[in-house]
This record gives sequence, C-alpha cells and structure tokens, in this order.
Amino acid sequence: MEYSLHAALAGNPNSGKSTVFNALTGSRQHVGNYPGITVEKKDGVAKLAGKSIFITDLPGTYSLTAYSQEELVARRTLVEERPDVVINIIDSGALSRNLYLTVQLLEMGAPLALGLNMLDELPAKGISIDVKRLGRLLGCPATGTVARNNKGLNELLMNAQDIAEQRRGKPWEPLKISYGSDLDPVIEQMTALIEQNCFLTGKYPARWTAIKYLEADEEILALGSDENSEVAACLQEMYERVSRHLKTTLDTYPEAVIADYRYGFISSVLRNGVVTQRDELAWRASLSDKIDTVLTNTFLGPLIMGGIIYLIYKLTFLLGEAPLGYLESFFGWLGETVGGILGEGALSSLLVDGVIGGVGAVLGFAPLIMVIFMLIAILEDSGYMARMAYMLDRIFRYFGLHGNTVMPFIISGGIAGGCAVPGVMATRTLRSPKEKLASMLTAPLFACGAKLPVFLLICAVFFPQNADLVMFLITVGAWALALLVARLLRSTVLRGDATPFVMELPPYRMPTLKGVLLHMWERTWAYVRKAGTIILAVTIVIWAGLSYPKLPAEMSASYAEQRTRIEAELAADKSAMEEALAELDNQEAQDTLRHSYAGRMGVGLEPVSQYAGFDWRANLALIGGFAAKEVVVSTLGTAYSLGEVDPEDAGNLQAEIKADPSWNIAVGISFIIFVLIYAPCFPTLAVIKQEASWGWMIFATVFNTGLAFALSVIAYQLLHRILIL
Amino acid sequence: MKDKVPLRSLKVGQRAEVVSVDAAGEMGRRIRDMGLVPGCQLEVIGRAPLRDPVALRLNGFTLTLRNNEADHILVELI
Repeated sequence: MEYSLHAALAGNPNSGKSTVFNALTGSRQHVGNYPGITVEKKDGVAKLAGKSIFITDLPGTYSLTAYSQEELVARRTLVEERPDVVINIIDSGALSRNLYLTVQLLEMGAPLALGLNMLDELPAKGISIDVKRLGRLLGCPATGTVARNNKGLNELLMNAQDIAEQRRGKPWEPLKISYGSDLDPVIEQMTALIEQNCFLTGKYPARWTAIKYLEADEEILALGSDENSEVAACLQEMYERVSRHLKTTLDTYPEAVIADYRYGFISSVLRNGVVTQRDELAWRASLSDKIDTVLTNTFLGPLIMGGIIYLIYKLTFLLGEAPLGYLESFFGWLGETVGGILGEGALSSLLVDGVIGGVGAVLGFAPLIMVIFMLIAILEDSGYMARMAYMLDRIFRYFGLHGNTVMPFIISGGIAGGCAVPGVMATRTLRSPKEKLASMLTAPLFACGAKLPVFLLICAVFFPQNADLVMFLITVGAWALALLVARLLRSTVLRGDATPFVMELPPYRMPTLKGVLLHMWERTWAYVRKAGTIILAVTIVIWAGLSYPKLPAEMSASYAEQRTRIEAELAADKSAMEEALAELDNQEAQDTLRHSYAGRMGVGLEPVSQYAGFDWRANLALIGGFAAKEVVVSTLGTAYSLGEVDPEDAGNLQAEIKADPSWNIAVGISFIIFVLIYAPCFPTLAVIKQEASWGWMIFATVFNTGLAFALSVIAYQLLHRILIL
Repeated sequence: MKDKVPLRSLKVGQRAEVVSVDAAGEMGRRIRDMGLVPGCQLEVIGRAPLRDPVALRLNGFTLTLRNNEADHILVELI
C-alpha cells in the first residue's frame, strides 16, 4: 500500500496520545515489538481526504534522554525512520512540563505539529491558551484538540500534512536555544569540532550531539567512541573541563543547567502572551485532588483499596461464572459428538481426551480471565492503579520492590484469577532492571486462573465447608510469599538501587469503552493464544504418554479370559455381573496406566515425592502441570478414569480422590502449596526468556520448584507426623 | 528573605518554591524531567498512608516522590 505521509506520534504519558492514536487509526492498527527490546511498537493508518497516512505511535515519554527504553526507542525511531512529520500531543493543563519534550523534539529538528489536547479542561483551571501564538513562537503549527470527543483531530492532521509538504526534501532545522554564558561557548566549540569531522552528522544534528555530550548521554557517548575515538576523547575532555568549572563556581552539573535553561525558554514563551492564568484559580484544588483526600486518606485509603480488590474478586466470579458454564457444556457436548462420530479407537481418544479436553479446559477459563482483565483495565485507565502504587510503595520498597509492582502482581493473580503471562509483560513499566527481574520472578507465585481449578478441587474434597476461607488464605499466602521471596532475591542475587518514585499521579478520568476493551483484549489474547499452541501440543504429548505403551498381549489376554469367566459364572445375576465387570475394567485401566510411559515416570518419582505426600497419580498431574497448570486437574481426572468417565466432570474426580487412601488433608494442603509455587508454566517461561534471558528462565524453573518442594515437604511432615492429619 | 528548608519537612497544605535541586544521575534527571527545577512552585497536597511517598501539586499536575528523594530538593516557603 502507498502512503502519502509517514507521521510519528509523540507525547508525555497521560497526554491522551493513545486516545488520539485510536481515534485517528480506528481498527487499522498493528501492535508488535521493537526488535530486541520489549517496548511495544504500534503502527496504524489514518485516512485524510482520500489519502492514507501511516502513523507510528512512539512510546509515551517525558523527555528524550537515554535513561529508559521508551525514550531510547522514541529517539531511534525518529533518527532511523525519519518520519515526514512528528505530531506532538500535549496535555494543555500541564503545558510547561509537556513542552519540555517539545523543545527536545525541536532541537532534533524534525518537522513538528503540535496538538494541544484536553483543551476543554482549561476553563475549570482558570487557564486560557493562545494556541496560534504558541505555534508562531515555536515555529510549528499548533492545533487545539479534544481527542475524547474527536474534536480538532482532522485539523491537526491537515496541519501536520501541510508542514510535512513545506519541509519535504529539506534538511531538518534544529531549534537553537541559549544555555547561558557558561555552556554556550563550549557548545559552539563542540559543534564546530563535530562539523569539521562530520562526527555522527549523518544521523544527528551537530549541535544536538554537542548537547548530548554535555548531558553525558550514554548512547551517544558509546556511538561517538565507535565513530571516531579521537574526536570523542576531545569532546569528553571539553565536557569534563566545563563540568569542573560549574562544580566549583555554581556547585551544579551541566545536565542540570541545560534542564534549567530549557524550562527558562519554555516559561519565556508562555509568558509572552500565550498563557493567562486567573490567579484566584491557580491553587484551587482540582476535582482529582479532592477525590484523593478521600481515596488516599490515611485510614479510608487502605480500607477502600481492600474493598475495591474484594469487589473485583466478587464481580469476576459473578460475571464470569455463567459463560464459564456455557463453554464447559459446549466442550462437553463437542467431545461427546466427536466421540460418537468416530467411535472408539486411538484417533477418537486423542481428539476427545487429548485435544478437546485439554484445550477446552483452557478456553473454558477465558471468560473469567476476560472479566478480570476488563476490571483491571478500568482500574488502570481511571487512574486508580497509580494511587494503589502510591499507597503501597512504602511496603513494597521494604521488600525491595517498587510501588508500580502492584500492577504486575494484581494481573498475575494478586486478585485470585489473573494470568502470569500478561503479568510478567506488565513488569515492563519498571525502570530498574533489578526491580524488574525481582517482580518478574515473583509474579508467577500468585493464584492465577489456571491454578484455581486445582485449589477448588482440593477445597471441595477436604474443606467443603470452608472453601471460601481457604481460597482467601491461599491469596494472602501468595502475597506474603511473593514479597518475602522478592526480599530474598533483592538482598542476594538481585542486589541494587531502587528506582526513583518520581511519578505523575494522572487525574481521575472516566475510562473509555474503547480503551478498556482494547486493553482487555490484548491481555486475554496472550492467555488464549497458549490454548492453541503450547497447551495443544502438551495435551497430545500427555495423552500419548498416558496411552502408550499398551499392556503386553498376555496381560490383555488374561483380562479378557477373566471377563469371559465372570460372564459365564454370574450369568444368572445381571447386576452382580455388571459390578464385577466394572471392577475388572477399572483394574485393567489402572494396570494400563501404570504400565504407560507417564505412569512409570510417576511411579519412578514416588521415592522422592512421598516426603511431600504425593503418590504416582499426583506426580503424573504435577509433571503435566510443568507445561501449564490447567493440565493438572485434567491429568488427575484422566489418571483416575482414563476415558472411562468424563475427565472434566469434577464431581466424579472429587469422589475418587475422597475414596483414595493415599489422599488426606495433609496431602491436600501440601498439593495446594506445591501447585501454587512450583515452576511457572511454559508460556510464562517463554515471556521471562523474552523479557530477561535463558538464564533467568532456568533460574525461575529450578528455584521455584525447589522452593515448592521444600515448603510442601515441611507442610506435609508437620501436618502428617506431628498433627497426625 | 525566608529560610531554605528541605522539601521533606513541609506539611500537607504548605506551598513553596524550589530553590535548588541537588541530585545527579537518574534521580536528578527524573526530577528535572517532571519540571521540579528552581523557580517551580508547588504545594504539598497529601502523604500516603504510611507517610511516604508525598504528593505534590505542580503547575497543572500532581507528582509523587519519596521522602529520600525530597531530601535533595531545597525550597522556600511562599
């Protein structure tokens, strides 16, 4: 497809940039990842008067330094893709802070079009802005917009197109601002040196590179010494000289001076007739501030937070239960129908027990996951999630984490029923690599949606009266454990500094339906996708492991012989005959299972697993669960019935477990602990590998399984031997 | 001329103007990126339930930072 224009969308977080992007591109979006790093890359196509405009949504940033991946990505995209125009979305209510990014974009020299967003919120703040004048003073067209109501967006696109046409084919024109009598001469010298040697000038404007050297920008310093180490050393020396000078005379750093002058430039522009502020409204508390006096109040804040978490928990099950039931009966019906058509045999068993049973178990949970992700998206988009981070930061910091860890934890199952796959992805918002790793490794310790059926099963068998209480204890226990493990990791293998908590508390906003649905869909998709890939493959492998090798011929023959004998002996008493035959069938199924590869593995692990109270069937289920926790219950079902009874029918499984002497309360509790903690599922491990490395992926598997086994053994031995349960 | 005090010592409801920011590295840059530079006016609008972090009202938006980060910022009451 031919595009008339390539535009990049830049702006601060919470400036309404995503709303603008969604409004401009509608459903014509593509979400991917920047190669090698984990920042999301969003592209879309906007239509303007019959033309197609290709739009890249840059990550939201406050600045263009090299401190975060988002900023690096934004910068690289500008330099490497050279968009025809950059559309800079600005929150008009926080104009000076938003213009800090604008100034840096102008210093790079890209053709710029400003969109002053959320213009409708200004009257309440007593501010009025002369939009056109601001554009004239900065030398780029400015348009007032209200993205939520689609106002001004067409005009913004038109202005962007105009400036792109005007500047097409011409070199970028970097803005020059003064950095004061200490730095200006140095910048001049550096710029001259850079121009003489054509140092990085293929990509970056000379003056910009000079300023980056004064800001000690890691990326540019590295690029510089690769390009020409002599010039780089010379620039470095100039930087050090002026640095020493500033330290002795003003006790400050070049970086700080540069920031001060940028803000100085911005306020001189704003004071030049752009902004008028009615003084009596200047310090008036905004609606958000008033709400916060209640929602983050010392006493009410934590209470309300607890209430909201409880409400989400309740709502999830209330809203998710009915569709969950429908899907379960649908897969049950599908299994029966397919089984009926194909009759008995290996293919039928593979499709019904393996594929439909396994994938159905995962997809069955999708509605629940969808509801919880919708509610989490509302928490996020409304601005409440940031308040949770604010209130919990002090506690999280004690455990070596950051207030923002609250989001990955909640998504992973901090409110029982999340999923660690999007949870681990959500650790992207953490800046410090150590904190990010600690959050990533502890997020899989929560009670995610896949572990819930296991807990519900055990509760139904051993704690039918107190299932709610036990589920609550599991959730609380998971939090305590995740925090303690984080603390352990942060004081041993992941020692390091904390990330600053310099963070914007975005104003409360009514979430838009579109935004919530998009968020919900992206995360649910990550969960559903594993049903079609990893879980499908695993269920087939497990099915094969449970079905082969078949019993040796002489044993099958012996069973057939016994069957004939029973039929002959008890021909008179029909019910007695049926009972005896069923008994025999069950015996044969057990033998077949023990004889299979998976059965032998389960039996082989018994000498070790007995310390935690697990017999070979439990082992079998847990081995399956390495791939995905959804498999645990269905494998247990298969292990007890092997296709004779519908493995999805938990009622039967409950009865089987209750009747089995190798299960008791101590085993049940030990089993819950093990399932909660042991190795993250394959999809989660894949994300950990992608976000961190192979090494950390292996660490997560080994460490979590070791910890799970140790705690299960302790729990089992205590309960069984000392309390004699 | 009023006294310069660290930002940490401010009570909820007090207003001040930033005099100096003594922080280098990432913390310094994050603080400056958010507009906490000399001359910037702010009001302490709240503290988290455990007294830390603190919430500040700046020019048009609300910012949070921890007490140990506020230690690097000297202000003058207004």
